[in-house]
Amino acid sequence: MFDWRWEFVGAILPRLFRATGNTVLAALLGYAIAMVLGLIFALAQRTRFPLVNRPIREFVEFIRSTPLILQIFFVFYVGPQFGVMLSPWTAGMIAIGLHYASYLSEVYRGGIDSVPKGQWEAAKSLSLSPVRTYSRIIIPQAIPPAFAGMGNYLVGIFKDTPMLSVIGVTELMHTANSIGSEHYRFLEPYTLVGLIFLAISLPTAGFLRKTEAKIRHKMGLR
Amino acid sequence: MEFLRTYGPQFIRGSVTTVEQTFLAAALAILIAVIAGLMRLSRKRLLYGSATIYIEIFRGTSLLVQVYWIFFVLPLFGLTLEKFTAGFIAVGMNLGAYGAELVRGGILSVPKGQWEAATALSMSPATRMRRIIFPQALFNMLPPWGNLLIELLKGTALVALISVTDLMFVARKINSTTYLSAQVFGTALILYYLMSRGLITPFMRWLERLMARKLGKML
Amino acid sequence: MKQTLFHYPLKLEGEHVPLVRFHKVTKRYGDLVVLDALDLDVKEGEMVAIIGPSGSGKTTVLRMLMALEKINDGIIYVDGEPMTHMVKNSGLVWADDKYLRRQRLNIGMCFQHFNLFPHMTALENCIEAPIQVLGLTKQDATKRAEELLDMVGLLEKAHEHPSRLSGGQQQRVAIARSLAMRPKVMLFDEVTSALDPEVIGEVTQVIRKLVHKHNLTMLMVTHQMGFAREISDRVCFFYDGKIEEQGPPDQIFGDPRKERTQQFLSAVLEAN
Repeated sequence: MFDWRWEFVGAILPRLFRATGNTVLAALLGYAIAMVLGLIFALAQRTRFPLVNRPIREFVEFIRSTPLILQIFFVFYVGPQFGVMLSPWTAGMIAIGLHYASYLSEVYRGGIDSVPKGQWEAAKSLSLSPVRTYSRIIIPQAIPPAFAGMGNYLVGIFKDTPMLSVIGVTELMHTANSIGSEHYRFLEPYTLVGLIFLAISLPTAGFLRKTEAKIRHKMGLR
Repeated sequence: MEFLRTYGPQFIRGSVTTVEQTFLAAALAILIAVIAGLMRLSRKRLLYGSATIYIEIFRGTSLLVQVYWIFFVLPLFGLTLEKFTAGFIAVGMNLGAYGAELVRGGILSVPKGQWEAATALSMSPATRMRRIIFPQALFNMLPPWGNLLIELLKGTALVALISVTDLMFVARKINSTTYLSAQVFGTALILYYLMSRGLITPFMRWLERLMARKLGKML
Repeated sequence: MKQTLFHYPLKLEGEHVPLVRFHKVTKRYGDLVVLDALDLDVKEGEMVAIIGPSGSGKTTVLRMLMALEKINDGIIYVDGEPMTHMVKNSGLVWADDKYLRRQRLNIGMCFQHFNLFPHMTALENCIEAPIQVLGLTKQDATKRAEELLDMVGLLEKAHEHPSRLSGGQQQRVAIARSLAMRPKVMLFDEVTSALDPEVIGEVTQVIRKLVHKHNLTMLMVTHQMGFAREISDRVCFFYDGKIEEQGPPDQIFGDPRKERTQQFLSAVLEAN
């Protein structure tokens, strides 16, 4: 029955903490990929060429409508089927990066759409190049509304890293599973994993809320 | 392709289980969302506090951890659930936490004048919520709920990891015997896509149109 | 929980008891005093117009009478019984929500932005509270509602949703909805301020009917000075949370005694 053993906790905590490092690394790396890729997806959907924006649009919708875990399996197993060997880390980063890039592309699009039409017209009337227009005028104004969404997905990607355990990435969940099967005890490992997640995601969410308020304030918005 | 002919029935059976999981999880999520959402609007600290704790815990930890915990750890506390039940309960409790915020947001989005008019007519808080506020909140909530239900569908894929024989499980099984990964996982992806965009999205749009008509709006 | 016992009279008795009495009513929002020890009596059947600059407390008077919010000090009586307080241990304590809900049945209110229930038709708006609160059967409530909608001239729109009605029509439905509860006092909170000029007349016509044919007791906050002068028995000019001046309409509009009243009225006339 319920029988919490503190000595066991002490014994496994160091191993869990090391795995947490891997989890955080996976999350941040995946998010970095997603941020860049997501921007490309968002801008690609805004082009006038239907040969570019339609396929990207459909692709993004497809990714958003299907489970991440399935996408992880797909990337990991399809590679070898065609002779490309992907390590768990690589496959995991590709899958998670693509998945969250799709989410972020929607967030970016929402942010860009929220910039008033007049801004585009003003930039045009000043003969600013598209690159200048985007980088100096549009994107800075797209960030505050997009920030909340981006923050949510940062916390989200961190919570999705356990899915990488199923293809063998040695992050937190994978380690907890190993400990569990080695010692035949799941109570402490799983509970600690849950607590570690809480300990990271709650303060992060709080910090993001405060930062959003600060950014809005600095840009003179409400 | 003959691949589909051979394995089609298994995929269908898996999909049926996925649909079952989705339905049950959705029913639970909606129930939890309404209760927790209303509790979060209460001025009584006990109600507000307990709902907040529930929501923060289920939103702050990952669904996968919750599935494992409910299936593997709860038995140690005396509550053993068989895997199908554990699956949809975990998914329902997780997405119910997100849904609670949607319910709360929907209710808060009803104009203050509606609350005052109902109060002026001497309606009790229960009548006011039931007849005036909640119907209007429901309409406001529908678009984000559509997204939530798709997330719920995707979430059910994780129950395969505790061996519930859903679509995800079937796909893994077939892959482990045939290694035709592209076909297997590709088919599974397409099936999930059809369920999301082909079933859930049109259903939500129909629901939105229905509610709009009931509200006398023209959409 | 210790409750303060107040020592106001438990009931107003006597021959000429006012239908509404505000006694030293104060309402504060933080540091801001919106109503300042207000004394106001309204006789049965009287139509009182409340005018004044924004921030003077005029809307707050109505909201306090409707108990949409609680007052900080003083007491309000309706039909001889305390509204803001209730009897307990032969003293008065602050009224609880249940008591307030019962007392609210005496009062009806129409709002500047109508606040009709958008998911119900005009008729359904008018029968909702009589059924849910008064316990009328659907037939009785419908009969009553149809009579009222007919009185405000909107019987043929009974099955339309508010989104299909003009502002003036919506406000008239709102009046019918309030009247369906048969209140003793009707409150009108700037009911024409949100209307286009050409439909204001529809609403004032209904109010005129109420005054002449039904002898209802009414308090009306308004910017329509001409209408107020025509229809009211008494005008109260509010300034800074107090009644600066009050009297018969001809006296207030024709011969205002206080300087602030004169300033306000001349500013309003200029705007017109």
